[in-house]
Amino acid sequence: MIDMSKSESPFSLQGCVRLCAVVFLVVLCTTSAMIATSFSHLGDGWTLKVALILAIAVVNAFLVAGHLMHLLSEKKLIYTVLAFTVFFFIGLLGLTICATNGFPPGTVSH
Amino acid sequence: MQSNVQQFPPFREAPAAHAHDGHGQGEHHEPNFWRKYVFSTDHKVIGIQYGFMALCFMLFGFFLMLLMRWQIAHPGVPVPVFGPLLEKILGQPAAHGAISPDLYNSFGAMHGTIMVFLGVVPLAFAAFGNYVVPLMIGAPDMCFPRINMASFHAFFLGGVVMLVSFFIPGGAAQAGWTSYSPLATTIPTNGQAFWLVGMVLLITSSLLGSVNFIATIIQLRAPGMTWMRLPWFVWAQFVTAFILLLAFPPLEAAGVLQLMDNVAHTSFFLPTGLAVGGQLADRSGGGSPLLWQHLFWFLGHPEVYVLILPAMGIVIEVIANNTRKPIWGYKSLVYSVLFVGFLSFIVWAHHMYLTGMGQKIATFFQATTMIISIPSVIILTCMFLSLWGGSIRINTPMLFALGFLPMFGIGGLTGLPLGLAAADLYLHDTYYIIAHFHYVVAPGTIFALFAGVYFWFPKITGRKMNEFWGRVHFWCSLAFMNIVFMPMFAQGIKGMLRRMSDGAVNYSAARVPGAIDALPGSVMQLNGVILWAAVCLGIAQIPFIINLFWSISHGEKAGTNPWRATTLDWQTPTPPPHGNFERAPHVVRGPYEYSAPGHAEDFTPQDEPESSSAPLNPNEHH
Amino acid sequence: MEIPYTIETRPDTGLYNAKLGIWLFLASEVMLFGGLFSAYVLLRVGAEPGMWPHGWLNVTLGTVNTLLLALSAITTLLAWAACKVRDFTKFKIFHACTILLALTFLGIKSYEYHDKLIHYEIKLANGTFADGHLVEESKDFDLANKTGTVTLHGRIVEDEKELMDLRAPAAQSAKLDEVTIAAADIRKMENYGPKHNTFTAIYFTLTGLHALHILGGTVVIFYFWAFGGAMWKTDPERFTNRIEVSGLFWHFVDLVWIFLFPVLYLT
Repeated sequence: MIDMSKSESPFSLQGCVRLCAVVFLVVLCTTSAMIATSFSHLGDGWTLKVALILAIAVVNAFLVAGHLMHLLSEKKLIYTVLAFTVFFFIGLLGLTICATNGFPPGTVSH
Repeated sequence: MQSNVQQFPPFREAPAAHAHDGHGQGEHHEPNFWRKYVFSTDHKVIGIQYGFMALCFMLFGFFLMLLMRWQIAHPGVPVPVFGPLLEKILGQPAAHGAISPDLYNSFGAMHGTIMVFLGVVPLAFAAFGNYVVPLMIGAPDMCFPRINMASFHAFFLGGVVMLVSFFIPGGAAQAGWTSYSPLATTIPTNGQAFWLVGMVLLITSSLLGSVNFIATIIQLRAPGMTWMRLPWFVWAQFVTAFILLLAFPPLEAAGVLQLMDNVAHTSFFLPTGLAVGGQLADRSGGGSPLLWQHLFWFLGHPEVYVLILPAMGIVIEVIANNTRKPIWGYKSLVYSVLFVGFLSFIVWAHHMYLTGMGQKIATFFQATTMIISIPSVIILTCMFLSLWGGSIRINTPMLFALGFLPMFGIGGLTGLPLGLAAADLYLHDTYYIIAHFHYVVAPGTIFALFAGVYFWFPKITGRKMNEFWGRVHFWCSLAFMNIVFMPMFAQGIKGMLRRMSDGAVNYSAARVPGAIDALPGSVMQLNGVILWAAVCLGIAQIPFIINLFWSISHGEKAGTNPWRATTLDWQTPTPPPHGNFERAPHVVRGPYEYSAPGHAEDFTPQDEPESSSAPLNPNEHH
Repeated sequence: MEIPYTIETRPDTGLYNAKLGIWLFLASEVMLFGGLFSAYVLLRVGAEPGMWPHGWLNVTLGTVNTLLLALSAITTLLAWAACKVRDFTKFKIFHACTILLALTFLGIKSYEYHDKLIHYEIKLANGTFADGHLVEESKDFDLANKTGTVTLHGRIVEDEKELMDLRAPAAQSAKLDEVTIAAADIRKMENYGPKHNTFTAIYFTLTGLHALHILGGTVVIFYFWAFGGAMWKTDPERFTNRIEVSGLFWHFVDLVWIFLFPVLYLT
């Protein structure tokens, strides 16, 4: 039976190789960008650098997930599952950080 | 196609393709004993395996509780009857047959762990879910039968590891079922490491199971079985599976981290400057005990919904069947269970109000906790309203389902003060908490599970369990459960803390006369009452155990649909054969078409073909 | 009755069973590594200022590993593509590359672990710290009895804080020498293993769990590569789906590394 993902256009190995080459080149660039940012002297301390590096990492992740895992052409159900997952992960991280950082007034912090 | 790869040849549009394949339909080699009963991939066998093991673990956990209650009521006094046996098996911790404080702590930690992770969840989710869900949706089996088998064996191994931990030097885990650091890392026993390894195995089992359940419910519904025609039991299991899928992994992560603390001497959860036994610990420090609590309760709270949702599912099925009318508010029930599942992920820190959180974040969790009570109340209300105007049929499953309603009501309502931070400051870690959560799980969930056993027994064995002894089991359990747990509310409000191996005698007015708020004699005497009620509760389970086994061969014979039920699980032969259905059932109506006007029978199965004379039920929701 | 939708897709979801199954499993893996990353964030944010290490990991090796994994993700996709066009030979070639790349990754990782385990921080009796890689221990070296000497290739610092930020100019320009220390002078000797501090702890745990996933994925891919021929002959569509599903797992493992590398090596 024909796999649904093939229905958009005839599947070709050449097309796939081309896609992979592009993705790999972009990954090379983003990795270099991250390393450059890491060794640069942007901003005071590490905060700005960390934010930038993580942003580039997210771009990288989108590439791999979107194209190599063909998430971009995946079914709505998968998106829904992943959306909930991301929401809960952000909840775990965010709420935990809030909870460990928001102290009652008068707390002595080190 | 390898013949040993799987028992079900893949679906093919053109059946002629495997003329050479000896495994056409209906032509299966009869598997040997091991493939049939131990390493089976059939969801029904796996369901029974889970059910049997879970019931055994629950009995063992109950026994641990009896030993603890003896110690609470009579601290330091050797346990009657079992004392010498304990001493023989466990040695020093049970010297002279009395339960030492460390042994009490290990019983407490293991009672909780075993009841939750080896007892109730495997029974409610894995056992009932595995057996019933594929039948209810018209599927031949679970989506991934071999993963199902792996899931059971991981559970079994996890249970073995947990039980073995009782016999290692130092004994089993003693830091509570919550295993808080730094205590969990500094107790001089390998029992904690065993507990963590056991938990990793159990979590793995859960994850494999939940993937199976979700995929099965999404992909294998029979033709015509739309989402809004699913029996609510399936919805409940679906949400439960999602909760397990997404909430367990952070605990697995935390478990790995705590295992590293225990075995590799890291300091993930150990703060700087930790002193153990009066000396500075040889640890790097820099860790956070609160981190463990957050990661634990991130699972811990959704876990309680895992405990209750399948039980609610069973109650709905039994009520619909024994009122001979559709459930009131099916749509509300569906949206409520989805909402509960979603919200359950963002309420967890109401278990941590005393950890010094800031006001803003505490208020956030308090708000979400209060909000989550709304869908729970909606579900309970729908259950109550479903009774209105029903043609109520009293039998053992219905008695347990009816008993569930006020019991869960008490458990749920007593949870409200705990969700409010201000009240929880006083009530946290007192016996009030113990009473609250036991009410929801013990006369709550477990009653629903009993209902499920009595209800589906005829489908599994072809015989009914004895009705008289079922009622004895119910009334005695109801009475004694309440005598065990109701007094604990009073004790808790009076200030009696939990996890005290001497039964709080050191805080009693008798021991410290004149102390403000010392526990009065009335509170202490309740310990004795609770002990006797617990013993009687145990005795009340004996008829159930005997009934269960005796009825397999001597019970009243039942047909394929003795309860005259509408759902697909009752439209199969008894017991359902391999593959469940000859061909996929075609579903044409909702799950609770009881007493539909114009029909000869007072129930219409979901897959019964429409006949031109009988009108469609105008009340069916799509 | 047979289980439907094992190969062809169910119309209303557009998925075959295993594909839904693997994405559900990956969702749970996101939460698993998410839990560990949350731990990392909390430990780092909660650390005393100046006491969180920087530059302790070799960026070159990390970069090489990143590119190896990225390449293996590509060969994995191409292996599946080859199956889709029914070219079994190409499938074999591509997945052979995947396996080799994975093993190389693990090899480099082992080297990095080893490097940490022979890197010692020694607190000396006079309150200073010796820090460096182990060159040799004298034959009579015994810490408990305080005999013998140990030689490190490293340096001696006044304050432990100087060892934290290896990206700082002071650390960058520090000269590394052979330093011999008598056992009698040693107050505490510890390698850069998991228990050294919370950074090494989370580093070993995160990369260790990730490496276990790489190993697991490699074993599965090897199994299909070595023994897939039988199923390929009788049911190529089913085999292709298996390659796709295992490929998705492999891509996920690469995704985790995409975050691990910058977080641990670059920040």
